[in-house]
Amino acid sequence: MVARAAREIAPGMVVNLGIGLPTRVVNHLSADFPVCLHTENGLSGIGPTRGHDSADRNLIDAGGAYVSTVPGSACFDSATSFAIVRSGRLDLTMLGAFEVSATGDLANWKIPGKFSPGAGGGIELAQKARRVVVLTTHCDRAGNPKLKQACALPLTAGGCVARIFTDLAVIDVTGDGFALVETADGISATDVAEATDAPLALPDTPLPTF
Amino acid sequence: MRLPDKTRAIEEAIAEIKDGDTVMVGGFGVPGTPMTLIHALVDHGARDLTLVKNDANEPGMGIDHLLQSGQVARLITTHLGLNSHAIGLMNSGALTVEFNAQGILAERIRAGGAGLGAVLSDIGIDTELAQGKQVVEMGGKPWLVEPALRADSALIHADRADPFGNLAYVATAQNFNPLMAMAATCVIAEVETVLPLGGLGANEVHTPGVFVDHVVALGDLSEEYAVVRR
Repeated sequence: MVARAAREIAPGMVVNLGIGLPTRVVNHLSADFPVCLHTENGLSGIGPTRGHDSADRNLIDAGGAYVSTVPGSACFDSATSFAIVRSGRLDLTMLGAFEVSATGDLANWKIPGKFSPGAGGGIELAQKARRVVVLTTHCDRAGNPKLKQACALPLTAGGCVARIFTDLAVIDVTGDGFALVETADGISATDVAEATDAPLALPDTPLPTF
Repeated sequence: MRLPDKTRAIEEAIAEIKDGDTVMVGGFGVPGTPMTLIHALVDHGARDLTLVKNDANEPGMGIDHLLQSGQVARLITTHLGLNSHAIGLMNSGALTVEFNAQGILAERIRAGGAGLGAVLSDIGIDTELAQGKQVVEMGGKPWLVEPALRADSALIHADRADPFGNLAYVATAQNFNPLMAMAATCVIAEVETVLPLGGLGANEVHTPGVFVDHVVALGDLSEEYAVVRR
């Protein structure tokens, strides 16, 4: 699913990869692929992740992982970093999710009473990136669907999600709810529908797999 | 003419902080966090502080020392995810936490440093982050009023400086430092290398020295500044 999500990145884009699964997308981009990766803590042009022994103590991404620069990288303060986000310069962001609704609402920052460490830059990314896609397991650890008719958790941003990549499928959020686009190898449309807590539109043509 | 020298002993610089003060602290994770000034503030002992910091570092690191010592009443921040101790204090009610969207915290501080009253933003306008905020209509759209933020003191970490307090940062250690260095009545910068006047070229300066009150030269860096082996 991570490799499939990486193909969502078009040449020339400015892209922010959220903490967690999305960060792993970087490993599926070749060294000569033309893209500018941005991180909220003040870097455009993220290079490959560094191990502890070769790390620069002053060079991390927003998740705290040690990264590198590439020829042409730029460093800046937090105001400039979020000016990039809010002004529409970010072509794409890939975020994690607790829940996504059939209208594209995203909940990924707070589980009342259990988990409320603050949203960091997540609200601005979800609300202002030109395209927001979600990369997540299809169900949570207890097996409950994360794709629902409506989110029960506090929203990060409403109506922001365009596409969802899961371990089971690629699903678009359309004006009419969830639409199945692709399935993972060995997964049927029925499998995906059963793991989704909202109606799922199927295409008339055979489904591609990934 | 000669630009004034603002280099100080660390105890002298920190002595200005009083009980009940609001203190901004630079840094995002380890990079840019003024670890040495934080330890000096622990030794100084000022209490009932309001801290403004992007994150709460990790247990046993950075501002967590001030949380451990019970000197902090209130924390204005964006994310505590890496500090389970801070989350515990928040959940038990021992620490009041105000969460801001990260870029909005940056803009509130920038506005405070620029002599403005507030910024208008639509970030989080449909979410619970908007609760209790004033809304104004401008250009046919509703906007949240995000008040400017200033502090009594700011603790800053810079890579290089001159004795006048011109500062330069490196890599992702910049983050909130240049913004906070403009937004406090007393700005204290700890600096890895203090160069003679003229040693930091006029075009290399990120924060002009006019904003800075005290320059503290760091000696050998402690382990706390090093790469974190999680």
